[in-house]
Amino acid sequence: MSKFLENTPLLYLDGVSVAFDGFKAINNLSLVVEHGEMRAIIGPNGAGKTTMMDIITGKTRPDHGTVLFEGQDLTLHDEAQIANMGIGRKFQKPTVFENHSIYDNLLLALKGSRNVFQALFSTQSTEQKQRIDEILAVIRLENRRDTLAADLSHGQKQWLEIGMLLAQDPKLLLVDEPVAGMTDAETVETAKLLREISKTRSVVVVEHDMSFIRDLDVKVTCLAEGAVLSEGSLNHVSSDPKVIESYLGR
Amino acid sequence: MISQALFTRFSLGARVLIISLCVVAILVPAANLLLPPEHFAHVPSHLLPLWGKYLCYAMLALALDLVWGYCGILSLGHGAFFALGGYACGMYLMRQIGPRGVYADPVLPDFMVFLNWQELPWFWQGFDQFWFAMLMVVAVPGLLAFVFGWFAFRSRVTGVYLSIITQALTYALLLAFFRNDMGFGGNNGLTDFKDILGFSLQADTTRASLFAASALLLALVFVVCQFIVSSKLGKLMQAVNHAESRVRFTGYRVEHIKLFAFVVSAMIAGIAGALYVPQVGIINPGEFAPANSIEVVIWTAVGGRGTLLGPIIGALLVNGGKSYFTAAFPEVWLFALGALFVAVTLFLPHGLMGLFKQICTRFNKRSATAAKVTPLMKPEAAE
Ligand SMILES: Nc1ncnc2c1ncn2[C@@H]1O[C@H](COP(=O)(O)OP(=O)(O)OP(=O)(O)O)[C@@H](O)[C@H]1O
Ligand SMILES: [Mg+2]
Repeated sequence: MSKFLENTPLLYLDGVSVAFDGFKAINNLSLVVEHGEMRAIIGPNGAGKTTMMDIITGKTRPDHGTVLFEGQDLTLHDEAQIANMGIGRKFQKPTVFENHSIYDNLLLALKGSRNVFQALFSTQSTEQKQRIDEILAVIRLENRRDTLAADLSHGQKQWLEIGMLLAQDPKLLLVDEPVAGMTDAETVETAKLLREISKTRSVVVVEHDMSFIRDLDVKVTCLAEGAVLSEGSLNHVSSDPKVIESYLGR
Repeated sequence: MISQALFTRFSLGARVLIISLCVVAILVPAANLLLPPEHFAHVPSHLLPLWGKYLCYAMLALALDLVWGYCGILSLGHGAFFALGGYACGMYLMRQIGPRGVYADPVLPDFMVFLNWQELPWFWQGFDQFWFAMLMVVAVPGLLAFVFGWFAFRSRVTGVYLSIITQALTYALLLAFFRNDMGFGGNNGLTDFKDILGFSLQADTTRASLFAASALLLALVFVVCQFIVSSKLGKLMQAVNHAESRVRFTGYRVEHIKLFAFVVSAMIAGIAGALYVPQVGIINPGEFAPANSIEVVIWTAVGGRGTLLGPIIGALLVNGGKSYFTAAFPEVWLFALGALFVAVTLFLPHGLMGLFKQICTRFNKRSATAAKVTPLMKPEAAE
């Protein structure tokens, strides 16, 4: 069994297709992400990058294909179950609890019971408080713990959302366009942060910012029209004529 | 220890409300029962059930705030849970009449005798027991809310669609309760109550006790709601309101969170209805009217939703105003209510509580700048 688990990739997509009103947003897509791997996904607008994340996280059901996480069929589970299996997701549009303080955002995301009645009577343990403090330091928001999330800048919201994912302690992070709306300095910091995170878990990053992708320095997959166009090192992918024609060249 | 922990959760306004309700629960009955009628502070007996009714409405608005203000579920059918609680209590009061009805049947209420029914239907069994009736007051609305919410929240019906089906729910119940063969007195509903727990409903002491019970239960329910909204679950409810998908992708079952709030809220509405019926002396299908549920939304919006305190104030003020207006200018009341709702939506999106908060922050800012200005002024004054 353990042998089997070792050989099973963390995330395994094969022959996945999904159509919206006849339009094939994902078309026979296959992708494998190993334990501890960080993968960058690039591709033109509408390539199906976000839709792919929707499928992995249970938001969209694929019409065909296999979607496995640690060998378990994700198409049989819903969003909450998949999140609890260990997949965390950052949305393209930063989504945090705007009406709560930064601290409470992290508290709600923190790994632990998801039971309604336990939430009614739950109290915070010292370990939980410590863990939140650690995360606040990682996402550089220690001084703003009591600030309402609504009052954060766009870039800070992105970081808070990444912090919430860390609090969830997932095995796989799906991060959709994390540096959109960030300054150059923030972008560099984010690349550092994600590299740090990927030391202990797998990460899939979707991004358009090529210098950011270069900073990540990981295997790159280019999607176009819902399928894999090219895969390999950044240099390999960016010199692929198909990629130049459909994405980079424009 | 626990009471201290509880108390720290309360804002100043909340503490004032709890204390005022307790004080009112003692003073008003005392002013009615102990003071002679000619005394200036005497509370006439006819005001007790009227004010008691306002407190029941306040509790209903509080119930709505839990789902609408915190969870973002705009229920346009909360009057249904109120009415069901009222009917459960009314059934107990009917059975208390016993052989004193017009037809003097020892068991069957008058309307059943009139319909030529020979025996009590199964769903009227047990209602001669006070404890059973009170259990049903929370169980029936709670169960209906559970079944309704289970299907609605699981299939992710939200927003306007959810509001419409809650409205349809109360309308369907209105039609059902109008039918004589439903066994709830049809058009006329349940009335002509004699006593509760053996005490005459006409007696001043009974009325005063019912008023006190309404005030104290409102305070208790308020404390419970405050406990819920300040817990982690309460934070999750507010999170669902603003970013439902984030809650889901964080691994929580949004439908469970909503279901909890909806069921608790329906039970509170049921309690409010049960307190209402003995004080007004009647419950009929009119209580299921969709317009009633919409009025609750207006009270809540006027007071300021998502504050618990605001809806209570809103319900008391609007209903006090209603009593005044319907007596002074009966024909304009509905227009006044409509205008009030429009005005609040346009100018006071956070209701009276929002206005109050705004005034407070402005006042604080002014005193803060005043404090800053004073030291600067000093050197000048020295010159
Ligand atoms: N729920 C949906 N219903 C209909 N069409 C959809 C839906 N979700 C995605 N699409 C379509 O599928 C295609 C792929 O969209 P997707 O958001 O996955 O692209 P993307 O690669 O993330 O693009 P971008 O870089 O702009 O974020 C688009 O044409 C989009 O309009
Ligand atoms: Mg996208």
